[in-house]
Amino acid sequence: MRFRLTGEQRALRAGMRELLERRFDADALRAARDAPRLDRALWRELGEAGFFALRLPEADGGVGLGLPEAVLLFEEAGRALLPGPLVATHLAAGTVPGAATGETVVTAVDGALVEWLDEADVVRGATAGALPLRSVDPLTPLHRLRDAPPAPPDPLAVLLTAAEQLGTATRACELAAQHARTREQFGQPVGAFQAVKHLCADLLVRAETARAAVYAAAVTGDMADIAAARLLADEAAVRGARGCLQVHGGMGFTWECEVHLHLKRAWTRAQRGGGGTQSEERLAADLLV
Amino acid sequence: MNLAYTPEEEEFRARLRKWLGEALPTLPPPPDPTDWPGRRAYDLGWQRMLHDAGYADVHWDAPPGIRLVYLEETERAGAPYVGANFVGLLHAGPTIAAEGTEEQRARWLPPILRGEEVWCQGFSEPGAGSDLASLRTRAWRDGDHYVVSGSKIWTSHAEVADWCELLVRTDPDAPKHRGITWLALRMDAPGVTVRPLRTLAGSTEFAEVFLDEVRVPVAHRVGAENDGWRVTMVTLSFERGTAFAGEVVACRRVLRELAAEARANGRWDDPALRRGLGRLNAEFRALWRLIQWNVSEADAGGVPGVGGSVFKLRYSHARQDLYDTAADVLGPDALDLGRGWVLDRLSSLSYTIAAGTSQIQRNIVAERILGLPKGR
Repeated sequence: MRFRLTGEQRALRAGMRELLERRFDADALRAARDAPRLDRALWRELGEAGFFALRLPEADGGVGLGLPEAVLLFEEAGRALLPGPLVATHLAAGTVPGAATGETVVTAVDGALVEWLDEADVVRGATAGALPLRSVDPLTPLHRLRDAPPAPPDPLAVLLTAAEQLGTATRACELAAQHARTREQFGQPVGAFQAVKHLCADLLVRAETARAAVYAAAVTGDMADIAAARLLADEAAVRGARGCLQVHGGMGFTWECEVHLHLKRAWTRAQRGGGGTQSEERLAADLLV
Repeated sequence: MNLAYTPEEEEFRARLRKWLGEALPTLPPPPDPTDWPGRRAYDLGWQRMLHDAGYADVHWDAPPGIRLVYLEETERAGAPYVGANFVGLLHAGPTIAAEGTEEQRARWLPPILRGEEVWCQGFSEPGAGSDLASLRTRAWRDGDHYVVSGSKIWTSHAEVADWCELLVRTDPDAPKHRGITWLALRMDAPGVTVRPLRTLAGSTEFAEVFLDEVRVPVAHRVGAENDGWRVTMVTLSFERGTAFAGEVVACRRVLRELAAEARANGRWDDPALRRGLGRLNAEFRALWRLIQWNVSEADAGGVPGVGGSVFKLRYSHARQDLYDTAADVLGPDALDLGRGWVLDRLSSLSYTIAAGTSQIQRNIVAERILGLPKGR
């Protein structure tokens, strides 16, 4: 038992972070926020870096890595608020031509919602009657389906979404701590006040608990572990972004500050795979086995 | 990231499981919780059995993976808890091992491992709880002895302990962390008075200890005079890595029992309650993974680190949620002290207070991990 990142896994994560800091920085995030378009060049660059082909065998032109590595990359994508149907395209690699290289953008019907329907090249699932929503998340265009037949969620999609949520939880904690260290009121950093300090500590505790659950689910691939990872990651992301917003005070309520983008994305992801209720029921049933 | 246990760890597990299967049926019936001499004899007897089978020092010298397997297996088999041996095995012992002289190690460690002597902890005082370093129990030097006066509180197993690891103030003029000394106190020394304290659960789980000019040989000091704070901190985080591992295994068992009870009494049909149990399942699965994560990190870095504070914060609240949910499952029976889980619910209230309140743990997490400034 050695439950920690290997050197290769750390390097993989660092490489992804470096790519995203270079290709999707704060200016790019702001631009995407006000005009949500898919950056096709970035999408292909992700393809070249192996983001979509990560788990395909090397014989099929993939990278030949596993779920733990995929989870680390999706965590970074979530941390950077990278837009686009990343999970659907990753899961389509090897099945839909061009998905693995990032040339084909694939989205999928997820319950009653479809992300990025207008921009995607390929849509998996039936979209008849889909109507656009005024999406609460400026970085995720959404269509709504009425009378969509209930379908069991793909556990891999649930896990990769949980990894993105973990990225948001981690980033929210970092942003909150950074603000608490530098913003001064009453002659001292607000992070010196216990009321603020404890809020930040809770963000870290939620993020680290979710991290243990998400990484473990990636290693075991167990259905109940995935359900647990999802519940904890949703909680860590949504409550993390809420706490981060609170720490930022009035600034947190502005369009300019990036915190609301994390919260809105966390809400959007929390709807995927039928929401958390299914996972709760799955884990309740597991207790009777 | 690898969650599979190594062949050595699995071999250890198989051997331990076999031994537990043979040893546990030979144990005497557990004593009444109010029978302190009986509890002492029972806990020491169990430690002696562990010693004779070669498992006595698993908390000290074994690699963390082995320690985790040990805690998993003993819990699964329903083996006795560490009980009266807690302070000796998990705090005073490791402190003496790390900071004591050769002579001190030879005097105090073997009786702990063989299940012959019980230790208790004299740290907290009526005026020094969260702010432990402000403790005021005084010790004056008198030749080759210290003379100690003051009082300690929340001392578990004081009634039946042979020794007490005691923090005293030897230099009242130094900054508060720098005037503290670590002493081993004999509990039968003249001037030591123990007064049991009754908890809200109605039992006497700990005591107040009054010290009136008690003489302690200078040879019983571990570490240098006025260096006691550092001596204590060397091992204070020792227990946080795996101390609760067995309890998390136990909580997961309780959760399954709660689900079975809810199915039997019909409350399972309440979706809110059922999903709440599902959430707790997620919670305790994650806590088990967090232990494995912390243990692996400690193994790689050599120190338990602050991951223990993250775990302790989350676990202590999860345990309270678990027993609050048990009350929801029990309904009116949650008011019956004769029912299982009801006393556990009461004792769970101490978890967010003992060994560093949740508020202190949050300060630690925020200041040491997130780098937020000190100041209140």
